[in-house]
Amino acid sequence: MNNKERGSIYAGIDIGSITAKAALIKDNRLLATHVILTGYDPINAGIKVFEALLKKAKISKKDVPAIVSTGYGRASVSFADKALTEIICHGTGAYFINPEIRGIIDVGGQDSKAILLNAKGQVENFAMNDKCAAGTGRFLEVMAKALEVELNQLGDFGLNADKPLKISSICTVFAESEVISMIAGQQKRENIIAGIHDSAAARVAILANKIKIKKPVMMTGGVAKNKGMVAALEKRLGLTLIVKDFAQENGAIGAAVLASKL
Amino acid sequence: MSDKLPEKRKIKSAKKMRDIMTTYYLDAMTAKQNNRQVAWITSGGPVEPLVAMDIIPVYPENHGAMIGASKMGEDLCIKAEDMGYSSDLCSYARTDISCSIVKGGPLGGLPEPDMLICCNNICGTVLKWYEIQARYYNVPLFILDTPICHTQYSPEIARYVRTQMDEYIAFLETNTKKKFDYDKMARVGKLAYTAQLLWQKVLNTTAHKPSPMSAFDAFFFLALIVTLRGTQIAVDFYRQLLQEMEQRIQTGISMVPDEKYRLLWDNLPVWYRLKWLSEKFSGHNACLVADTYTSAWCGAIKYTDENNFLDSMAEAYTRIYLNIGVDQMADQVLDMIKFYDADGLVMHSNRSCKPYSFGQMDIMRIVREKTNIPVIMIEADMVDPRSFSQSQIETRIDAFMEIIKQRND
Ligand code: SF4
Repeated sequence: MNNKERGSIYAGIDIGSITAKAALIKDNRLLATHVILTGYDPINAGIKVFEALLKKAKISKKDVPAIVSTGYGRASVSFADKALTEIICHGTGAYFINPEIRGIIDVGGQDSKAILLNAKGQVENFAMNDKCAAGTGRFLEVMAKALEVELNQLGDFGLNADKPLKISSICTVFAESEVISMIAGQQKRENIIAGIHDSAAARVAILANKIKIKKPVMMTGGVAKNKGMVAALEKRLGLTLIVKDFAQENGAIGAAVLASKL
Repeated sequence: MSDKLPEKRKIKSAKKMRDIMTTYYLDAMTAKQNNRQVAWITSGGPVEPLVAMDIIPVYPENHGAMIGASKMGEDLCIKAEDMGYSSDLCSYARTDISCSIVKGGPLGGLPEPDMLICCNNICGTVLKWYEIQARYYNVPLFILDTPICHTQYSPEIARYVRTQMDEYIAFLETNTKKKFDYDKMARVGKLAYTAQLLWQKVLNTTAHKPSPMSAFDAFFFLALIVTLRGTQIAVDFYRQLLQEMEQRIQTGISMVPDEKYRLLWDNLPVWYRLKWLSEKFSGHNACLVADTYTSAWCGAIKYTDENNFLDSMAEAYTRIYLNIGVDQMADQVLDMIKFYDADGLVMHSNRSCKPYSFGQMDIMRIVREKTNIPVIMIEADMVDPRSFSQSQIETRIDAFMEIIKQRND
């Protein structure tokens, strides 16, 4: 097998705690991506997302000489040639999309991280949230449920706040009961949501500050689709975040790029 | 962790060490029948006067490590919390306090103490912990107070600690109703000094590439320098271990097959995850070649005068790793990185041990500034597994190793 062959297609599969993402690259260009819910079975999610992607790109598995898996479920993708962490994959993905990028903020379902890249696109340093769910997609999911808002609508709601409230608890469970008492106190949903975004942004900003993030900064991960969260983070960090179309699939894209170098 | 290792990689002296430890604990357990006294002592406490007085020293912290390694920590921690102790209290203290009541753990509890010796050169936690145990067992407690040496060992500190050494001896004389034998003390001091030198030499062998053993082995072989310091047994054992290490170097036997990367570990081990961590790192062809923890039992040897042990002991016990300023700790870490030629630093932020974990952010910054090697911090606890989150730690370690590989390849 000659991986370096021209015209070869490489795949990356990112199994996150909430969604499974897959990407294909060919001749150093993005060919296709696909996203599904991970569900309770990460092994099955890996197979399903890859099959759907192949179908979308109208190719078969034998056209793909190398696959790299990543994400918390990276070890469950048995057909991958190598498993690498989200850190290096998000770093590589961001650099692939825009080689100017020096800082990355990735907020995923189970963890959030800040990554520092050097001019060669190598990871210089990174910081991850600790064991707690504060400042992750899971935190936003719990809050969306409490407020009976669809997760993908959370962002727009948050942008329409007139008087953002403050959530003081860091712990997701305590923050949820704080939110519930705000609902009971008849506070406007928009204002509560803005408070939730700021609370999560504050946690993520700590990670960025810890590694002294450098501009330009790209935001990746599913939460990058949440405009309210992006705005809250920009405010906290005092800089503009670059959000590209495939922010959620960025880890899978990076994995595909790394597969091409195996 | 050496159970699944191919025969040739196994360290032969491990069996001898197990036998010695078994005998030691049997002696301690049967002390009463043999009319011997038992003193519980903190891990950093001056044990030599006890040995000179023929008192058997028992270390609740070593016991705590055994509880952790036998994965019995969680239940005992919960029991202590049921008793009203905070989950933020050091897990050695929690397990020891609850173990005294339920007689749990791998030994079914420690032999009851006749006296307690508490030296606060490692932390402030031990003060309250030993006071609690002194009340529970209704036995006398001696506290040796060693002020923190942020920058230097001042004449005031020297006088203050030296005076307490005499008080310590007086305390032992009162509680054993025996005269202190200064000649024997000098002999014990020499043995302690020799054992520490040998232990340092054993640890130094890992500067060789590839390393003949790893920090995971050092965590195991440490037990003797802690518990049997000041005896001929410890000297003989470490001499044998040193020979074995030199032999391994000569015949090219490494602990990690295909060692490519060399790492330094900071803080106490994660006792209940030694095997997992060791396999995780060796899976990346990385060997933890050294650590700041096991060297703490020989780090202050430069202050010890083997011919005047008693007088120099005050300084040596005051200037140990956990009782100095963060800048000095960072200097030691930097020295180790250089000596062992480490490619990365792994810091265990240990929820239990505040004095160890407190300055880590600064040390991390200093190491980054001065060496440019990658550093990771993993959050866990040495005994309480509820503070260990496997997938988070796994991702951190994998990412850390990917960075090291990217830099070195
Ligand atoms: S707090 Fe640290 S130094 Fe003190 S007893 Fe616990 S582990 Fe040992």
